Amino acid sequence: MSKIHVTTTVNGDTVEFLADPRETLLDCLRDKLGLTGSKEGCGTGDCGACSVTVDGVLVSSCLVLGVEAQGKSVTTIEGMDKDGELHPLQRHFVEKAALQCGFCTPGFLVAAKALLDKNPDPTETEVRYWLAGNLCRCTGYDKIVRAVMDAAAEMRG
Amino acid sequence: MNANVGIGARVKRKEDRRFITGKGKYTDDVRVENQAYAAFVRSPHAHARVKSIDTSAALAAEGVIDVLNGKQLTGDGIGNIICGWAITSKDGSPMNMGPWSALATDRVRYVGDAVAVVVAESAAVARRAAELVEVDYEVLPGVSSAVKAMNKGAPQVHDNAPGNLIYDWEIGDAAATDAALAKAAHVTELCLTNNRLAPNPMETRSAVAIYDESEDHYTLYTTSQNPHVARLVLSAFYNVAPEHKLRVIAPDVGGGFGSKIYIYPEEITCLWASMKTGRSVKWTSDRSEAFMTDAHGRDHSSVAKIGFDANNRIVGLKVDTVANFGAYMSLFSSAVPTYLYATLLSGQYDIANIHCNVRAVYTNTVPVDAYRGAGRPEACYLVERIIETAARELKVDPAELRRTNFIRSFPHQTPVIMNYDVGDFDANLEQAIKAADVAGFAKRKAASAKAGKLRGLGYSSYIEACGIAPSAAVGSLGAGVGLWESAEVRVNPVGTIEILTGSHSHGQGHETTFAQIVAERFDLPIENISIVHGDTDKVQFGMGTYGSRSGAVGMSAIVRAMDKVEAKVKKIAAHVLEASEDDIVIEGGQVKVAGTDKAMGWHEVGLSAYTAHNLPPDMEPGLKESAFYDPANFTFPAGTYICEVEVDPETGAVRIDRFTASDDFGTIINPMIVEGQVHGGIAQGIGQALLEQVIYDENGQLITGSYMDYAMPRADDLPSYSVHHASTVCPNNPLGIKGCGEAGAIGSPPAVINAITDAIGNNNLSMPATPLAVWKALQAAGK
Repeated sequence: MSKIHVTTTVNGDTVEFLADPRETLLDCLRDKLGLTGSKEGCGTGDCGACSVTVDGVLVSSCLVLGVEAQGKSVTTIEGMDKDGELHPLQRHFVEKAALQCGFCTPGFLVAAKALLDKNPDPTETEVRYWLAGNLCRCTGYDKIVRAVMDAAAEMRG
Repeated sequence: MNANVGIGARVKRKEDRRFITGKGKYTDDVRVENQAYAAFVRSPHAHARVKSIDTSAALAAEGVIDVLNGKQLTGDGIGNIICGWAITSKDGSPMNMGPWSALATDRVRYVGDAVAVVVAESAAVARRAAELVEVDYEVLPGVSSAVKAMNKGAPQVHDNAPGNLIYDWEIGDAAATDAALAKAAHVTELCLTNNRLAPNPMETRSAVAIYDESEDHYTLYTTSQNPHVARLVLSAFYNVAPEHKLRVIAPDVGGGFGSKIYIYPEEITCLWASMKTGRSVKWTSDRSEAFMTDAHGRDHSSVAKIGFDANNRIVGLKVDTVANFGAYMSLFSSAVPTYLYATLLSGQYDIANIHCNVRAVYTNTVPVDAYRGAGRPEACYLVERIIETAARELKVDPAELRRTNFIRSFPHQTPVIMNYDVGDFDANLEQAIKAADVAGFAKRKAASAKAGKLRGLGYSSYIEACGIAPSAAVGSLGAGVGLWESAEVRVNPVGTIEILTGSHSHGQGHETTFAQIVAERFDLPIENISIVHGDTDKVQFGMGTYGSRSGAVGMSAIVRAMDKVEAKVKKIAAHVLEASEDDIVIEGGQVKVAGTDKAMGWHEVGLSAYTAHNLPPDMEPGLKESAFYDPANFTFPAGTYICEVEVDPETGAVRIDRFTASDDFGTIINPMIVEGQVHGGIAQGIGQALLEQVIYDENGQLITGSYMDYAMPRADDLPSYSVHHASTVCPNNPLGIKGCGEAGAIGSPPAVINAITDAIGNNNLSMPATPLAVWKALQAAGK
């Protein structure tokens, strides 16, 4: 099958790649752009390990085709820190030890940032429901929820 | 002393920077030149004869490099997959281990059993070509329930295991226990199932196998909790390559929970296929393959009887357990329902007579092996459910019944092998009762009732055997390996330190915790210490991480190696500073003569060791020492968990209102990391109690093959946890550590079920307590 030329923006940079029309955005990010921070935990949109935003909308990149990124703006975990300066969510994840094996962590951070972009002052219940799309097998979620609440408080100032 | 980074400090995890920035390097992130990809052709049947395999269409597909089958694999001398722990039946006969080839040759025995592998230029091409492989199966009847597999006329999984029986094993004194129960003032009987679980680390299994023809050498990147064990087994038993020609690297590993201890068919096949094709071969499991092929956990059916005298003291416990092993015996499967289970049936209680019989049974399901806790959750669930049930029957407070029977004198020899070294079970119980505000429960229950809800409270006082394990002891019980750990401490010429450890971190935070004990011992900045693990070419040897052993065994090995380094440092300094070794102290980055101003920098000692210009006579240059540490005994973490639930009688939905834990882990190095281990363990235990269940249909077809069918606990399902410690120091290892990795998963399920059954007034409730199950139990109780 012939490949399709895709031009898109990833973490602010214009990038190009050739995609098989059946390839997922997740595979394109990982295999063509070398951005392996987004992970495949299920491939069916149930675990959130592949969370990225496309034009500001939180998506499971395993359920988006690479060719759909044409002309869009994609942000991934690799774009979260700014020139090495960590985002408050990243800092609070470390403060609270809100990660263990780290595999689901990029997805949680991307999803949590999407929440705080929308709702800077979420309740604990709102945080838990928003993050219910992301599976973590290590932490039992409590420290993740605390880290997101703390980051939100810091960002509100 | 370096108080802010040493033992007891909440040091932020050194490894986190790479994970929070998406720079973690897991096996599937490994990129090598000339990469080819594998996809497996798997049986869609639970049980079938393989009549023929036609690979011609797949071989002809564009981008396919080769298609390989089981006859080629066995023809190349690749050995069968083995179980590494020999269990002897009570009649003296050995266990019946059926043959397990990495690629099935003539018969498939569970859905997902691999029969061929396609190697292609891309993963997508390999997967599509796998569907072009035509396998002609003669479908045979299958069986998924262990109890039914023992019935006369049930399908036979292996020809050499009549009645599907692998072993029929016992522990304890049957006659004495029967006699004690016959004389008991009260006997409580309970039938229990321990539901089958899928471990589900978020990173699925993966392998990158690289064969270097010029050196006849193999490298395997893989998702392993124990890369040296993987290399040993791949070499000694599967004949893939001798150990000196095989390097196994387990880089960042995304959780294990037991499921990444074993060496599976796919990893073996990828190594062999890389030699066959001359290409590096990569395979990453998708989630449905993980449900089909990762070793499952639990799946016990038990009947238990416990007897009490007139003073409510336990006089005997008798247990009969049937354990489902799946279609093949996985690496440590045989030890799980025997020495990791029945030896813990004394719980925290002084019980003079215990007898347990275990029948291990083949079925047409994926193999069952250790999953977080491994046998100990099954023991704890049984003991803590039956004691709570007995308390209700005896109409005594469940905490009081526990107090009446607690072991209070140590060491304590149980009738089932274990010798508990130390503990203070009352301290944990009382701490949990206070923290959970049990005193306020009646008031909260009344408030719930007013709102139309049912509130219940349940206890679980668990004990487990960790720090696995004294090698001679496990050897005498049938283990094929020793369970020591090794470490190497390298002080570099500039004074920085590398610790090479045979433990493997796949979420446990070893890079931080292990560095803390070194920073404290040598009073150095933690940044100057790095932990190296997960690579057989770097680390001398290791038995890996499972059974909550990295602290008690892995760190003990580091301590022993540090002892040797310290002795050498003192000798060098005494020589250079012209003082007695006994007067040398190490502090503040310096090696000093106590009570004088004579000192040299820590880095100067390192440099002296390597320049070797002025060393004591006969001293070898260099400053690196290694140690192997073999534990003297198991360790016995213990504690009490209290769960309080509110049940909606209209829907059967359970909400966990509060979950309180009081644990005794011995010495705690990093409380923040330990809390995380407890949280995660409790979450998995609550998952087992409320949500999770692997379901096969009667014939062995897998029903729960995705996250749409298998309910994983999510952030909105779980509470915040109230976690506390009341510790006694373990006398059997240098740091006094007991281990914390499995406690949460062991202790929590009975607390949850005891709470729900208390709320609904019906003790007949199995895990998982889904809303439907709870609602049905409520209807049965007429509520």
